[in-house]
Amino acid sequence: MTGNQIMFILFSLMIIVFSVLTVTSRKILRAATFLLFVLVATSALYFMLNYQFLAAVQLTLYAGGIVVLIIFSILLTSHIGEKFESPALLKKVYAGIAVVAGTVLVITTILSYTFQNNNSVPRSVDMTTIGTDLMSYGDNGYALPFEVISILLLAAMIAAIVVAKKIKTK
Amino acid sequence: MAFSIYDLTAFNQSIHEALVQNLSPFWALIVEMTIIGLVFLLFYAIVGLFLVYAERKICGFIQNRVGPNRVGPYGIFQTIADFIKLLMKELIYIKNADKFLFNLAPFIVIIASFMAIAAIPFGLGLHAIDFNIGVLYVMAVSSLGVIGILLAGWSSNNKYSLIGAMRSGAQIVSYELSIGLSLVTIVILSGSMQLSTIVEQQRNCWFIFSGHIPAFIAFVIFLIASTAETNRGPFDLAEAESELTAGFHTEYSGIKFAFFFLAEYMNMFIVASMAATLFWGGWMPFHIPGLTSFNHVMDFIPPFFWYMGKTMVVIFLMMWFKWTFPRLRIDQLLKLEWKFLLPINLFNIVLMALVVLMGWHL
Repeated sequence: MTGNQIMFILFSLMIIVFSVLTVTSRKILRAATFLLFVLVATSALYFMLNYQFLAAVQLTLYAGGIVVLIIFSILLTSHIGEKFESPALLKKVYAGIAVVAGTVLVITTILSYTFQNNNSVPRSVDMTTIGTDLMSYGDNGYALPFEVISILLLAAMIAAIVVAKKIKTK
Repeated sequence: MAFSIYDLTAFNQSIHEALVQNLSPFWALIVEMTIIGLVFLLFYAIVGLFLVYAERKICGFIQNRVGPNRVGPYGIFQTIADFIKLLMKELIYIKNADKFLFNLAPFIVIIASFMAIAAIPFGLGLHAIDFNIGVLYVMAVSSLGVIGILLAGWSSNNKYSLIGAMRSGAQIVSYELSIGLSLVTIVILSGSMQLSTIVEQQRNCWFIFSGHIPAFIAFVIFLIASTAETNRGPFDLAEAESELTAGFHTEYSGIKFAFFFLAEYMNMFIVASMAATLFWGGWMPFHIPGLTSFNHVMDFIPPFFWYMGKTMVVIFLMMWFKWTFPRLRIDQLLKLEWKFLLPINLFNIVLMALVVLMGWHL
């Protein structure tokens, strides 16, 4: 076994174990912490693929941004003694069936797909390429999705302001 | 084989070749990683002890006191004695705390700072990982530290800790924007995020001189924002002693407290070395274009000393801030970021883009 394989198995195990723990933990802040581990291990996989930009973005946005926001809102609302109640048995059974069916579906799809061995030299994606591709509207350009997402974000921000705004009472 | 202290690349290469000859590539990699890890651990211990001593001496000097002066000449062994005392302290057990998160929090804080320091260039050949997105990587991993602080505050089950953690969270999340944008200003000037390239481009002229006005504004903003980011005075609301006893680490004792303490000082070291690398040329000697003999004299000082000297100057500035300015209130702190630093920063980026496009930089 090569070092790469060992690392891959390690990170995959981390992702699987902590994903399961995220949904089974009955303390909400612990669940958020396990989610953090899942996201960090995912970015480690990107580092293994030599795609450092995506890995760093994963760390900044998900681990450093979204998890911090989640933890922040938990801090404001939850108390240390709080625990979720265990769900009803019937719900557990349904959830179990859904999980098993999903796993079987995904695994059979992956196994039936014939992966081609890619011998091309790994190339480092530099900042300039990412920047020009993000802004170009030709082939490989991402100008349209970039703009659409910007509009979505703007709408979300305006909506947040409207929701948070105090309503004037006459 | 002779090695020069001006370029350690050959030295590293010889170690690498010796390992590859005797071991399989996998074990050679493991041994190399272990060596680098041990070097960083040793570096952490030395720099941590030195910074605590320096802080106490500078604080004493500013407050017209002597500072530590009993243990060893000029009190230089004081911090070592304190550290041994800290290691022997009892780890106090907290009954109603969330033990798992309580024990995890110090590790998240210290691991985040370990990950950040790996990407910092200490000298020619003294660079653990040279990512092509180095600046973004340092930003990304240093933003993980705040999670440790938030978890520490919440899991202690203590109101002071929780308030401290909330303040610290609000502060770090907002000041991260300023740090990021002031670094982007320099990235625009340099055209690269790779730290080795950025240092190399400053061979003839440091960025703070070649980028003149926008680079200087970015440097001042970076200095303010990074002082806030590392939770140091005058922005140390998270652990304001007079109001919150000690903020998020009130309940921690012994080695766990030492982790927070060490991480705070090492984060200061990391932001200071980022300031030195991006604005003051990292390990590059001070060169003035045209003065060949002067530049030649400067080249005699080894890169590592240049790097450490610049970093220490920035650290001295940050300590000077801490002991000179009174602590801000939380509303003043957030106003400073969102109403002043952020708009100035956005304007500054446009200015820098204009300077680069028109070729007005040196």
